Amino acid sequence: MNALNTLLGSGPGAFLAQGGGSFWLPQRGTAIAGEVDSIFNFILWVSLFFFVLIVGVMAVFIVRYRQRRAGEVAASSVSHNTALELTWTLVPVALVIVIFTVGFRAYLKLTVPPVDAYEVLVTGQKWNWQFTYPNGYRDGQLHVPVDKAIRLVMSSEDVIHSFFIPDFRVKQDVVPGRYSKIWFKAEAPGEHVILCAEFCGTGHSDMISKVIVHPAGEFETWLEAAGGFLDKLPPAEAGERLTQSLGCNACHSVDGSRMVGPSYKGLFGSPRRLKSGDTVTADEDYIRRSMLDPAGQVVEGFDPVMPTFQGRVKEKEIAVIIAYIKSLSDREAPQP
Amino acid sequence: MARHSTHLAHHFDNATQQFESSKLGMWLFLATEILLFGGLFVAYTVYRANHPEIFVYAHHFLDKTLGGINTLVLICSSLTMALAVRAAQLGQRQRTVTLLAVTLLCAFAFLGIKYVEYKAKWEHGLLWGRHYQPALHDASAGAHQVPVLPAAPPQAAGDGSEASLIAPAAPAPVGLAPQATAPAPPAGKHEPPADLAAPKNVHIFFGIYFAMTGLHGIHVLAGMIAITWILRRARRGEFGPEYYTPVDLVGLYWHLVDLIWIYLFPLLYLIK
Amino acid sequence: MSMSTHTPSSAADDNYLHHGRGLKSWLTTLDHKRIGVLYLISVLTSFFLGGLFAMLVRTELLTSGRTIMDANSYNQSFTLHGAIMIFLFIIPSIPAAFGNFVLPVMLGAKDVAFPRLNLASWYLYVVGAVFALVSILAGGVDTGWTFYTPYSTSTGGAVVWLTMGAFILGFSSIFTGLNFIVTIHKLRPAWMGWFKMPLFLWSLYATAIIQVLATPVLGITLVLLVLERTFGVGIFDPALGGDPVLYQHFFWFYSHPAVYIMILPAMGIISELVSVFSRKHIFGYRFIAYSSIAIAIFGFLVWGHHMFTSGQSGLANMIFSALTFSVSIPSAIKVFNWLTTMYKGSLRLDTPMLYVLSFLFLFTIGGLTGLFLGTLATDIHLHDTYFVVAHFHYVMMGGTLIAFLGGLHYWWPKMFGRMYSEKWGRTAAVMIFVGFNITFFTQFVMGSKGMPRRYYNYPPEFTIYHQISTYGSYLLAAGFVLIAVYLIASLFKGRPAPANPWGAGTMEWQCASPPPYYNFHAAPAEHDPYDFSHLRYDESIDGYLPAPGAQGS
Repeated sequence: MNALNTLLGSGPGAFLAQGGGSFWLPQRGTAIAGEVDSIFNFILWVSLFFFVLIVGVMAVFIVRYRQRRAGEVAASSVSHNTALELTWTLVPVALVIVIFTVGFRAYLKLTVPPVDAYEVLVTGQKWNWQFTYPNGYRDGQLHVPVDKAIRLVMSSEDVIHSFFIPDFRVKQDVVPGRYSKIWFKAEAPGEHVILCAEFCGTGHSDMISKVIVHPAGEFETWLEAAGGFLDKLPPAEAGERLTQSLGCNACHSVDGSRMVGPSYKGLFGSPRRLKSGDTVTADEDYIRRSMLDPAGQVVEGFDPVMPTFQGRVKEKEIAVIIAYIKSLSDREAPQP
Repeated sequence: MARHSTHLAHHFDNATQQFESSKLGMWLFLATEILLFGGLFVAYTVYRANHPEIFVYAHHFLDKTLGGINTLVLICSSLTMALAVRAAQLGQRQRTVTLLAVTLLCAFAFLGIKYVEYKAKWEHGLLWGRHYQPALHDASAGAHQVPVLPAAPPQAAGDGSEASLIAPAAPAPVGLAPQATAPAPPAGKHEPPADLAAPKNVHIFFGIYFAMTGLHGIHVLAGMIAITWILRRARRGEFGPEYYTPVDLVGLYWHLVDLIWIYLFPLLYLIK
Repeated sequence: MSMSTHTPSSAADDNYLHHGRGLKSWLTTLDHKRIGVLYLISVLTSFFLGGLFAMLVRTELLTSGRTIMDANSYNQSFTLHGAIMIFLFIIPSIPAAFGNFVLPVMLGAKDVAFPRLNLASWYLYVVGAVFALVSILAGGVDTGWTFYTPYSTSTGGAVVWLTMGAFILGFSSIFTGLNFIVTIHKLRPAWMGWFKMPLFLWSLYATAIIQVLATPVLGITLVLLVLERTFGVGIFDPALGGDPVLYQHFFWFYSHPAVYIMILPAMGIISELVSVFSRKHIFGYRFIAYSSIAIAIFGFLVWGHHMFTSGQSGLANMIFSALTFSVSIPSAIKVFNWLTTMYKGSLRLDTPMLYVLSFLFLFTIGGLTGLFLGTLATDIHLHDTYFVVAHFHYVMMGGTLIAFLGGLHYWWPKMFGRMYSEKWGRTAAVMIFVGFNITFFTQFVMGSKGMPRRYYNYPPEFTIYHQISTYGSYLLAAGFVLIAVYLIASLFKGRPAPANPWGAGTMEWQCASPPPYYNFHAAPAEHDPYDFSHLRYDESIDGYLPAPGAQGS
């Protein structure tokens, strides 16, 4: 069956280093990740030492002092030894002081960004991430230049989320009503997964994005090309890009399948039966209202979970999104 | 075998052990009450430290006179309660009953005054959260303000010459509460000085006010039920020098209820 | 004069199980032993219900997408698993089931200080459990057992039912703790100074302090949550100027000490068992006693280590991290003392002792993995991943539940007058040990590789880990079912138990198995509960008797 195939199919090597990295940890994307891993390994060795000591001693005792005859009594009745108590108190104290100090120092490096970091604004919402670049361009994925300190300034639109990049060993809660910060410096071009690490509802485990680290010199090119799409692309194509970068496609499909929200396919021009009992036609105004006041017209059979985009989209952006949605339907706009 | 008086439970060796156990038990229970209210005091401290302007502004809406009367009423009731314990100890049945009855009346008075205060708050829209309506009490209040995120994220750490490249975020609704607007209103009875402008989120004060005084009021009510119970037992002559534990314990509880109000009153009513 | 009998008690004896018949006599009982049994039945029922949700969760996780349920049902399943296990099983389990039964008897007392309050505690438990059940039926809860705002104040479902159930259960816990503190202070015999008490009582005392001081904070937190949800108070809602992270501070101020409510009684059981089954005086009595109190105190100071990524300041993070290490030291001291108790002892590897050995193995791993989480640099990576899930299952399940099972197998003959099958007891203990490690060790690796918790879907590279973990959980579940079968069977077919099958020195073994309803005719005389020299093994009863001429009560 499926599980057995998976078990047999992956050899020990692949299994042990699933997805790159080591047995315990994922691949490293930053230099600081290496420091965190060193601390992890240090604690691992300390733990292994004490584990072997305790379990080993226990095993030896079981074998040596096991009761041979029923009713046998203990060979010793010593019940205290202050020197021993002090030893096994003070040695662990010394060890934990070391562990704490090492951990704290690395934590400072992990959380205090350098002065000249490149800033990207991050917005978390149920259930996608949005990244706003300094030139105002927004995308659903985090593009960064290699070898440059990146500082993320993050907030949530609704509930608490948590921004987690396992390969960079960084994580920070994203809270509504305040800004939280995180920073990293990617060592090499590549891609790294971004996960949400604070339970936020139905789509919590689907709130996935990517860090795309561009090779030297290519990031600026990408940003310029990406940023101007609103003017450069035909409206429907620009609208399609926007639905991806704004995260619409996390809840609305384009192939007719039902997700958290209704599909865009065939939407424009169709009659919509609302929860309130009214029936309206999905024209331009309808789409615009759905973006700015989604709670005001929820379609029957769906939940009122769409966040509002009031203040987050410009009129031009609304227009191209409407154009895109129109392109997915073969109905004409109703006559006035 | 211990001689069993009617009041000695079978698992205790003597009356002293039973009495001391009961007292210890009640003190432990009072400790739990202190921690229960403690959470609210912490919430008060956190919000007042972070938003003193809310507390300075909003406390004007509370009637210090009524609050002061209530404080005196409770202090008196603690006195009569303590005297009732003493009377029970001395086996003075009639005196015990009278003193407990007076305590009960004081408690009624306290709750009555609280009802008057709460009613006024209700009518003037001085409530918590979404139910706060400046329209009903603030002549100068305009539309209810929409809380927004700071207009721009803070500057990058460092020498300040690196200005943030991110354009200020457009104001957008955050959190989950629908926004309310309200028309201009008539004035209430107690109000802040005219030159004191209403800060944002005044309703926070009233959320804390109602949570604290409400929880306290529930405890007053519970105390009244307990006092009624021992009043009836006192009338039946159940208490005397060899057994007055229930009166003592209810007295301890009542003193705590009084003590909590003595902290609540200045913290809520007498903010400078 | 000793009240232990040479013949096992028979059904005709007036023991507490038969004193007063019928359901009504049980539901109105003031006998601490019966209340202990009522609690035992209740918590075990809750354990199986919580376990059912666990099986649903693990089965769903066999594949990355939908396996047996949709995302919302999955979220409700892990929420209810956590809430039931924590509030309805682990927190009450050892104090309410075994503490109630054993504590007065260990003191030579006739009952706890407040028997009616004790019964009230149990009824509060039942009402709280009913609220939790209603929440399952009234729409379920999907917030996680931590109920973080603003998700919990805005999501649908029966959040109010479940949180108010937890509130009521909190009072059940408070009253149990209050009762125990007064009993230990006031109902000790004159000769039993603090340092002559059995260590199980020290652990129950330390636990009771936490129950009394920490639980009210949970109470007010849940009340505020309900007010927020029902009346829109706004203390935790940022749109109304509130602070969602304040909720976390309130919540963890209780919930961290709560884990010490869970582990301290378990450690108390281990202290008793390791001594009895090594036939040797407990090593380091005072250090173990003091470390219980130290854990209780330090436990109140470290709640912020659940919030290292919440946005609290670096200074707060530093202080909480440093204090967190402080609380690891007393636990380490205990483990070393228990091991040294075994040194040159005479080790009986009966079922209770197998649980002691499991505990030492599993709790050591659980405790050591706490080092990774208390360290700031590594916690940032590990927070909210399966590493945390594995850590707390190792300490709560590998620690508390294993000790609970040890206590169950230890006191079972005393409570019910029957011996269970030793063969099946050992089999189940091994199944549980093996199944547990397969299930949860895998989760450490998953977590440090970056697998977040509370995930319905997961990246495909984690499939193999989830499947190993799930199959381990099936073995684990089988072990529990096996225990239920042979323990229930023992009630009908088990060999009648002698008064002291294990040769223990604490007072409950000086009365018959099961005890008479009044416990003792006369309070037992002074003795050291860890001195076994006055007990002699008797093959004819497969139990222990006072040695002839030996001092004993």
